[in-house]
Amino acid sequence: MEHSPPAFFKRGPAPFVRLVFFASLSIALLVLDARFKYAETLRGFIALAAYPMQQIATAPGQFAARISGFFASQATLQRENTELRAKVVGSAQDAQRYEATAAELAQLRRVIGAQERSEYKSTPVEVLYSGRDPFSRKLLVDKGSADGILAGQAVIDEAGVVGQVTRVHPRVAEVTLLTDKDQAIPVQVMRNGLRAVAFGSGSPGALELRYMAANAEIQNGDKLVTSGIDGTYPPGLPVATVVRIERDAVAAFARIICQPAGGDEKNRYLLALSTETKLPAYPVDAVQPEPKAKGVKGKRRKDPPNAG
Amino acid sequence: MFAERPQYILLPVRVSTIFLSFVAAMLLDFLPWKNMALVPDFVALILAFWCVRQPRLVGLGVGWLAGLVMDAGNGVLLGQHALAYSLLAFAAISLSRRILWFPWLLQAMHVAILLVGAKALEVLVRLATGAQFPGWTLLVGPLIGAALWPVVSFILLAPQRRAVEVDETRPI
Repeated sequence: MEHSPPAFFKRGPAPFVRLVFFASLSIALLVLDARFKYAETLRGFIALAAYPMQQIATAPGQFAARISGFFASQATLQRENTELRAKVVGSAQDAQRYEATAAELAQLRRVIGAQERSEYKSTPVEVLYSGRDPFSRKLLVDKGSADGILAGQAVIDEAGVVGQVTRVHPRVAEVTLLTDKDQAIPVQVMRNGLRAVAFGSGSPGALELRYMAANAEIQNGDKLVTSGIDGTYPPGLPVATVVRIERDAVAAFARIICQPAGGDEKNRYLLALSTETKLPAYPVDAVQPEPKAKGVKGKRRKDPPNAG
Repeated sequence: MFAERPQYILLPVRVSTIFLSFVAAMLLDFLPWKNMALVPDFVALILAFWCVRQPRLVGLGVGWLAGLVMDAGNGVLLGQHALAYSLLAFAAISLSRRILWFPWLLQAMHVAILLVGAKALEVLVRLATGAQFPGWTLLVGPLIGAALWPVVSFILLAPQRRAVEVDETRPI
């Protein structure tokens, strides 16, 4: 057996041993986070350490924006004011018609015995900065759980849905844009009520309707709105417009590319919507247990597929 | 053959300098940059610098902790930066005896390999967890970081270049 001479200086374990230790610790954390989502509390603690630095780093930009806002010229303000006034008059007409229509709709729904639609609470949020991870498409906004933001809320701008709140910290929240590769939103074609799910494509300005049959009744220019049957997104919000359809006889599904209605890249102020869904409880007793059925498999087969 | 430059005798480094340099690097990283792919990872660069200059003070443990803070601050997978920084620190410590003998350009090329390697490890981790490859512009950040190596070295060594005793007749 070889003996190495004793070290002159005590330096602890060899660098390679340390590398193995820290690498395996990192990989364990990665697996916990990516596979099981167990690391959220730990992440919250560490995020507290990063929070002051994030605040200081974003402060100069916000300060500059405030200063430039202060020195905005009178001409600009006047022009903007005129435009906004014209817009208010235009939307007042819509709003009056909306109230009448909403009352009529509520009455009709009562007549046919359908569930009344609930009101949404909305919180205005300001985008702090866009996500720093080049692999995903996210925004950070300036309100968090302290301001009543909840994970799962829909986030919209004046034109349509922008994304969804996916992670909430005390003072900031993370919004995943619709165009993120892992983001999905249940939609409905406004023209004929066809239901589908729009997935993000991972690149800016494109959504994809997946798993639509090659002969699905859908056209270029069709407007997609949220269907609301998932209970997360309020129904009827504009989501996207179909811009390209590739129907290939070889593939089972059509390739449908849509352009999102909301500006995911350009807006500074957004609105987080919360829905209090008043859906009745899922009917458990409606499914009578069969005496023959045993084990989980038999039960699972009888459950109706989830809507959405 | 490269050692003909003047060799300065430096003051011992202060731990506060190292700490403040990491805080400053994180501030730079957390700035709301327009295009993240083109921005060098300043924390990785500073970590490589201190691992090369002070391998007994800054090593894998510091790198791993800094990586965790970067993970949580950026909202990415916990452990992604930590893994990359551990490997970066290991490589930088292994190179620390060799790298300082080279002139600035060759030092920067060594650092380029380190930074690109760390970034490649991050990309591999994300691809393994199902992310989409965001494009080759990702390579630009580490290369710019390597180009900043002489600047960063000059700035971070400045506190150690002061005179031992304060002399009233001298400017610095």
